[in-house]
Amino acid sequence: MASEYKLRARIRTLVDGAATALSILATLLVIAPLVAIFGYLIYKGASSLNFAFFTQVPKPPGEEGGGMANAIVGSGVLLGLASLIGIPIGIGGGIYLAEFGRGTKLANAVRFTADVLNGVPSIVMGVAVYALIVTPAMPFSALSGGVVLGIMMIPTVCRTTEEMLLMVPHAVREAALGLGVPNWRSVLSITVKTASPGIITGCMLAFARVAGETAPLIFTAFGNAFWSVSLNRPIAALPLQIYVYAISPYDDWHRQAWAGALVLIILIVLAVSLVRFVTSRGVLKGAS
Amino acid sequence: MGVGIEVINLNAWYATNHTLQDINLNIPANHATALIGPSGCGKSTFVRCLNRMHETNPIARVTGTVRIGDLDIYEDAKPVEIRRRVGMVFQRPNPFPTMSIYDNVAAGLKLNGFSNRRALDEIVEKSLKNSALWDEVKDDLKKKSGASLSGGQQQRLCIARALAVDPEVLLMDEPASALDPVSTSKIEDLIFQLKSQYTIVIVTHNMQQAARVAEKTGFFLNGRMVEFDSTHKIFTNPSDKRTEDYITGRFG
Repeated sequence: MASEYKLRARIRTLVDGAATALSILATLLVIAPLVAIFGYLIYKGASSLNFAFFTQVPKPPGEEGGGMANAIVGSGVLLGLASLIGIPIGIGGGIYLAEFGRGTKLANAVRFTADVLNGVPSIVMGVAVYALIVTPAMPFSALSGGVVLGIMMIPTVCRTTEEMLLMVPHAVREAALGLGVPNWRSVLSITVKTASPGIITGCMLAFARVAGETAPLIFTAFGNAFWSVSLNRPIAALPLQIYVYAISPYDDWHRQAWAGALVLIILIVLAVSLVRFVTSRGVLKGAS
Repeated sequence: MGVGIEVINLNAWYATNHTLQDINLNIPANHATALIGPSGCGKSTFVRCLNRMHETNPIARVTGTVRIGDLDIYEDAKPVEIRRRVGMVFQRPNPFPTMSIYDNVAAGLKLNGFSNRRALDEIVEKSLKNSALWDEVKDDLKKKSGASLSGGQQQRLCIARALAVDPEVLLMDEPASALDPVSTSKIEDLIFQLKSQYTIVIVTHNMQQAARVAEKTGFFLNGRMVEFDSTHKIFTNPSDKRTEDYITGRFG
């Protein structure tokens, strides 16, 4: 008996070790592409990063030097606009789905539409917004670029908001209602607040996703080699600038494209970290 | 001060399930009244009808009359007004997890637009003292989350939260069933102190608990109220055979 027990214990230890090793391997495989991409970007792009890159606009074709200052600011403008459009609509829709429309036909239709919208290729979104908004009176513009990116943020924000709200325990809602708090107030001040870390994550996901979008901007923001922050004129954006430089025949532009890609990723990481930092202050000890 | 509760022909349903049938009783003011009975007998549904929480479930329905003091709660007032006058403590402690201890207690007032800070400070302190939690939390009021407390402390926090809106009636739905014996005895001591100021209705599975804290006891079975009398009478000389069978442990 004793030897059989020992044998079983040894097999268990082996299986446990194998399972642990496999999950570590899987984790490494998940992280590897990210590390590889980031490492390669630093290798290719870091050497082209200089003061001029952040302060100058692009030089005419064939001339060395210049920078992406207009594209960095342009991406900021576009993403700001997109967030202003996508986040409130997305969160509002998510609140409706989880709290007020549960089980209704309208809610099911909204949920289905959001899922379909999430799967629409970004270039189709660009074409659609081009057809709807871009007219002779209102040509390629920062505004239309912000609109298309904003629309692309809506489904992600909406569905994560819904999921996060549904995870708030029923007991917490009952506690608020039991205090004589009206339902709408309970939803906004208790349920949404309790779910807010998850909702913020959803917004950041959506933000990071559209920050790198190029295709829909081709038809809307269009890109701009000159300095412009006007909402009704074409505006530069980092992904567009990277695209234009990467397919150009000039070596200097290739180097700048790598630098631009590196800057884009760093800016996304910075923006997400900043939001996390700001929203995590004020969280209390032991809050779950 | 507490007020009495008069229940006339109360019926309640979940969808087609007739959970409460023809309930009639008078709950005296400033006393503790216990409701006992096996699981699923309708006692929780009954207390949820007393503050109109029952109807927050979309498939629920209710008929009959409930008077709390002079107020017919299904005729004369909105649910939110009733719930401010009839506080509730739930089976599992349910503090607001993202709020500090202070904000948990102040929540009922703050969310209804009350913003006088000095008065809030006083009410929070008074409520926490009334729920016997003040000494344990007074140094961390705004630093710690309500969720960081132990289960027993959380339940006393929930009682403080209910007291802060100054209700006339306090409904307690198995308030100690998720707690250890020490926390349970603290909650029972609390009920003893609170009933001089509030009318208390407590649902419990624990018959000793009913005997310890309540002057009146009602026995529920299969959606009906079998017997309602003084606690002493219910536990020593019940008039209904089914009550006797239940309290002597023959079923349930």
